[in-house]
Amino acid sequence: MMDGIKVTVNGKVRDCSGTNPHTRLLDWLRDEGLTGSKEGCAEGECGACAVLVARPDGADRSRWTSVNACLPPALAFDGQEIITAEGLGNVSDACTPEDLHPVQREMADRGGSQCGYCTPGFVCSMAAEYYRPERSPAQEDRETGTAVVGEEHATDHECGPNGFDLHALSGNLCRCTGYRPIRDAAYALEAPLGSDPLLDRQNRPAPAAKHTRISGEAEFVRPHSLDEVHQTLRDSSDVKLVAGATDLGVEVNLRHSRPPLVLAIDRLEELRGLTFDADSIEIGAALTLSEVERALDGRIPLLGHLFPQFASRLIRNAATFGGNLSTGSPIGDSAPVFLALDARVALSSTDGEREVPLSEYYTGYRQSVRKPHEMLRAIRIPLPLAESTAFYKIAKRRFDDISSVSVAIALQLSDGVVRSARIGLGGVAATPIRALATEEALIGQPWTSDTVAAAAVVMAGEGTPIDDMRASSLYRSAMLRQALLRFHAENAEELEAAK
Amino acid sequence: MKSLSERPVNPVVGVSVSHESAAAHVTGTALYTDDLIVRNSNVLHAWPVQAPHAHARIVGLRTEPALEVPGVVRVLTASDVPGVNDAGIKHDEPLFPSEVMFYGHAVCWVLGESLEAARLGAEAVEVDYETLPSLITVEEAIAAESFQGNRPTVARGEPDKALENAAHRFSGEFQFSGQEHFYLETHASFAYIDEAGQVFVQCSTQHPSETQEIVAHVLNLSSHDVTVQCLRMGGGFGGKEMQPHGWAAIAALGATLTGRPVRLRLNRTQDITMSGKRHPFHARWEVGFDDDGRLQALKATLTSDGGWSLDLSEPVLQRALCHIDNAYYIPNIEVNGRIAKTNKTSQTAFRGFGGPQGMLVIEDLLGRCAPLLGLDPSELRRRNFYEPGQSTPYGQPVRHAERLQAVWQSLTDRADIARRREEIAKFNATHPNVKRALGMTPVKFGISFNLTAFNQAGALVHVYKDGSVLINHGGTEMGQGLHTKMRQVAATALGVPLSSVRLAPTRTDKVPNTSATAASSGADLNGGAIKNACEQISSRLAEVAARKLNIHPDDVRFDDGKVTGIGFHDSAMTFAELARDAYFQRVSLWAAGYYRTEGLHWDSSRMQGEPFKYFSYGAALAEVEVDRFTGAYRQLRTDIVHDVGDSLSPMIDVGQIEGGFVQGAGWLTLEDLRWDASEGPNRGRITTQSASTYKLPSFSEMPEEFNVHLFERATESGVVYGSKAVGEPPLMLAFSVREALREAVAAFGPGNCEVDLASPATPEAVFWAIERVSAPSSSSSSSGDLVASAPRSAQ
Repeated sequence: MMDGIKVTVNGKVRDCSGTNPHTRLLDWLRDEGLTGSKEGCAEGECGACAVLVARPDGADRSRWTSVNACLPPALAFDGQEIITAEGLGNVSDACTPEDLHPVQREMADRGGSQCGYCTPGFVCSMAAEYYRPERSPAQEDRETGTAVVGEEHATDHECGPNGFDLHALSGNLCRCTGYRPIRDAAYALEAPLGSDPLLDRQNRPAPAAKHTRISGEAEFVRPHSLDEVHQTLRDSSDVKLVAGATDLGVEVNLRHSRPPLVLAIDRLEELRGLTFDADSIEIGAALTLSEVERALDGRIPLLGHLFPQFASRLIRNAATFGGNLSTGSPIGDSAPVFLALDARVALSSTDGEREVPLSEYYTGYRQSVRKPHEMLRAIRIPLPLAESTAFYKIAKRRFDDISSVSVAIALQLSDGVVRSARIGLGGVAATPIRALATEEALIGQPWTSDTVAAAAVVMAGEGTPIDDMRASSLYRSAMLRQALLRFHAENAEELEAAK
Repeated sequence: MKSLSERPVNPVVGVSVSHESAAAHVTGTALYTDDLIVRNSNVLHAWPVQAPHAHARIVGLRTEPALEVPGVVRVLTASDVPGVNDAGIKHDEPLFPSEVMFYGHAVCWVLGESLEAARLGAEAVEVDYETLPSLITVEEAIAAESFQGNRPTVARGEPDKALENAAHRFSGEFQFSGQEHFYLETHASFAYIDEAGQVFVQCSTQHPSETQEIVAHVLNLSSHDVTVQCLRMGGGFGGKEMQPHGWAAIAALGATLTGRPVRLRLNRTQDITMSGKRHPFHARWEVGFDDDGRLQALKATLTSDGGWSLDLSEPVLQRALCHIDNAYYIPNIEVNGRIAKTNKTSQTAFRGFGGPQGMLVIEDLLGRCAPLLGLDPSELRRRNFYEPGQSTPYGQPVRHAERLQAVWQSLTDRADIARRREEIAKFNATHPNVKRALGMTPVKFGISFNLTAFNQAGALVHVYKDGSVLINHGGTEMGQGLHTKMRQVAATALGVPLSSVRLAPTRTDKVPNTSATAASSGADLNGGAIKNACEQISSRLAEVAARKLNIHPDDVRFDDGKVTGIGFHDSAMTFAELARDAYFQRVSLWAAGYYRTEGLHWDSSRMQGEPFKYFSYGAALAEVEVDRFTGAYRQLRTDIVHDVGDSLSPMIDVGQIEGGFVQGAGWLTLEDLRWDASEGPNRGRITTQSASTYKLPSFSEMPEEFNVHLFERATESGVVYGSKAVGEPPLMLAFSVREALREAVAAFGPGNCEVDLASPATPEAVFWAIERVSAPSSSSSSSGDLVASAPRSAQ
């Protein structure tokens, strides 16, 4: 069975041959009898299906990464290593506390499970954070038991005294507990023991990507190279490129899309670069958001504002900027930020490569200037960056919601005058847009309340917002106005603080 | 017989233990209904054909095209039903309808070798519809006078006269949303014909006996031909009390017709679009206060939105009327209730069962009127608490009314309110764009099923010769910890360690004719039955032990698996030895236990009586912070004091309180069910039919600091081991969040202004409320006309 599709689950190699390209990892696991992972929503919102995957962490190491199993095709895991809740502890019928993984023990002892249905997913998300190499005890705020790092309003950086980032659980929903005991369990975790085999596994490289090629009614192919992707795009008319499958998975599950040919590009090295030079930063299209976040390490503050507000950790561990910009949803959260950063996208094909400013990229609802045989290879952000930036996401829920409106602002101020202004908006038109009229109302003006008040009125008129279940059009327009007022107020506070 | 509430020395109840399945939960080895599929072969999968109209007559149904789809085995339609074509007990819910009553109504079901085959088969079924006029919003139903079921009234005193004489009189209108249960495990049934030819249905159901009855009447079988088992549920919250029956019946019908196991599991979208939800309500009210802010009279009309069929709408409405008083004495009152019939899912039980809706009306009213009366809202509330000796509008004396003041005072002290009020005032004075506020609300919730007959339960307890114990009872486990508590009750009653007691899954061939695990009554009822069974056994065992120890049976003591005589301090024998001795002496080691709640009576036609065994009390204080720019808010801290009697299992009870609170806060703030009420082609469609559009609380909505305290010295005599029910009441503690938001909004205004807040109080709703109070004209709203007018784009 040299050619079979093999997936290692909980240390045991399982045969995945004959699996349909549209069968999701979750369904395959459950069909294998591993029913710990559950389907709660089938769209990557609830995390009941979360599992751990050994993903590359540089060339020499790997990292247990939590992902939703309900979204990606099972075939995408050819040759990969997966851990489910069943594989974390030493599970047997008569399970003693010693048989449980530390994460499982804390959850069980502290009342972290009630109905238990979401629990295996929580346990996997929590385990990924437990093994995160950068996790270390925080120093501040011992007395309350929580350490709040970052600016005043941003509990978007909630960490426990053990360095546990609560955002690791932002993609997991529980309907029973009210979360307090789960947080207590997370914050009680100590460092993994040196002898922990899962910790040790991170010291070795992740499994190499297999060049999977399955044909039949539907085809699943993991190409060898970018050239092969270009050629396939040239030769075939109905190709679906997939990296994290966080969008495709929803299409497959909820809208029953069954694309005939899926090309998995997430492990192509040509798409996984992050390079800095004197006048730009280039982000490869197939890096996951979590990877970009780690690699940038705060070097683009506006992206730093975006990350914790972009979906959930489970999604960011799989989703890519290439995917988010390519699907072109008007409520995708990265486009407004990249618009404000004046980013350009590199479109590549057998014809070579061209660069298009993102502000000229979208032509209509989920439509762009990208030709059918082209793909988005990378995003280029020009330097220097504007110094005053903010990203505001308006949604019903603070963690893991979809924007009603999103606003990214990048201003360059000097001597109290607005030298440049770029504002990207999501959720107020058929595409992400630049707030051009507002920018015009700001540029060259003194950065004063009067200027802002006038510009805010212009801002409220940007786009053509609609009424839907997320928000009314009136609220959306109001939020545009408010975003500018808020930015000014916060900016004033910052200036005050700096004095 | 021993007293029901008295605890022996060293009781296993009262000890904090983890959920009895916790290790199985965390390792992913706890099995749920749909996990059983992979353990069976030859399984068929079911997929519905859902109608794309809110209201239509089915004039043509062609299933043949589906049968041409590879893998499709059979299409189930009305003509396949050998018995009664009805999914409910009121005979108004045809299992296979001839008239589509709501958007997404399942017309027929396709069985396939795979889920994909069944789905493609369902796409191939051809249905001709003749569309009919539809009613979507409750306003439309009221205008069309479209009502269903009875129209109860709770009344006492002379409300009209008292209103006329009241020093302050206000009126208002309030409409608020329902709530999707969003149990993480969607509805699931798995049916097959077992080795003995019986129809066996594995089902995620809170009410196995009723699931059994409905499967039987659909299949034209007797109840003894059908067994329903519920291993456990991945959440229920009332959503699996009535709703699973029809889907279980479809699976069972498929199994009997094909001879193969049939799995029916709704995906999330199917679950949201087909299953009932918490009832939205509309309320119109008129209230009178005296000069001190004491309630003098209330007149109100509550209209619940029942959806397309009655389901549990009548008892839900009854409970709403019985809880509009919440914790407050209202001497003169008349509340009329009615159920709108609309073209929506048939709304059903949801944690609180109408209680939250009734109470929300009075809490909203008090929150709006307090500034108009010039009173602090929490003071207005406290002033109106029931006092000992007073009765509810439906004639029930309020037992332990003094606990309201005691709980309130305990919370006031524990939460350090005075100091925090000062801090908040300081904070607000220096933060023009952010305001903080406290909200404090009480809960009084009646425990027992309103319908007296449901207040009974059975249990089956086996002691084996080796001393191990197996218990079975009629209640179901949905995460609330019932099974954990029942093991603790059995271990206490038999005097054995917890590890000696195993609990077998709930099934209808073990304990028959059970009530739903609902109305928070699971532990009270089933605990009573288990205790009764255990005591039958232990009194027989006491005689065996007495003979051996040569003492009187009354002097035998059972403790932690050891059996001794009173005064004998050295262990005479183990429980296992005694069990073996009893067997050889031909003494029965098993018993069926039974319990009925004493002292209940209820006349539903007059809406008078004593339907509740007792009341649960609690109070919550919430602190929130609201952002002026967006209306977004955070829950900074919540403090709760709640009365669970003497807790059977403290960690479980705290879990119920916290979980109920957050779920209630979800209903009141975040969870925003929307239907398309436009005249367009999607009229009647739920627009929030997935987890990406219907948002439940996540980590970001839990109070950042969360302190729960169980009220002390709270023994409830007449209930198993002195405990109280805990499942539902804490949900209503979340009114404190809503009232805190109202206060925070007010803090942006000129002071002492009435704040009208939509429910759910989403960030958008809060934003508009702030806009209203900060608009220059808002300070003049003291006319007494408080008609709500929150902008909403869709119903």
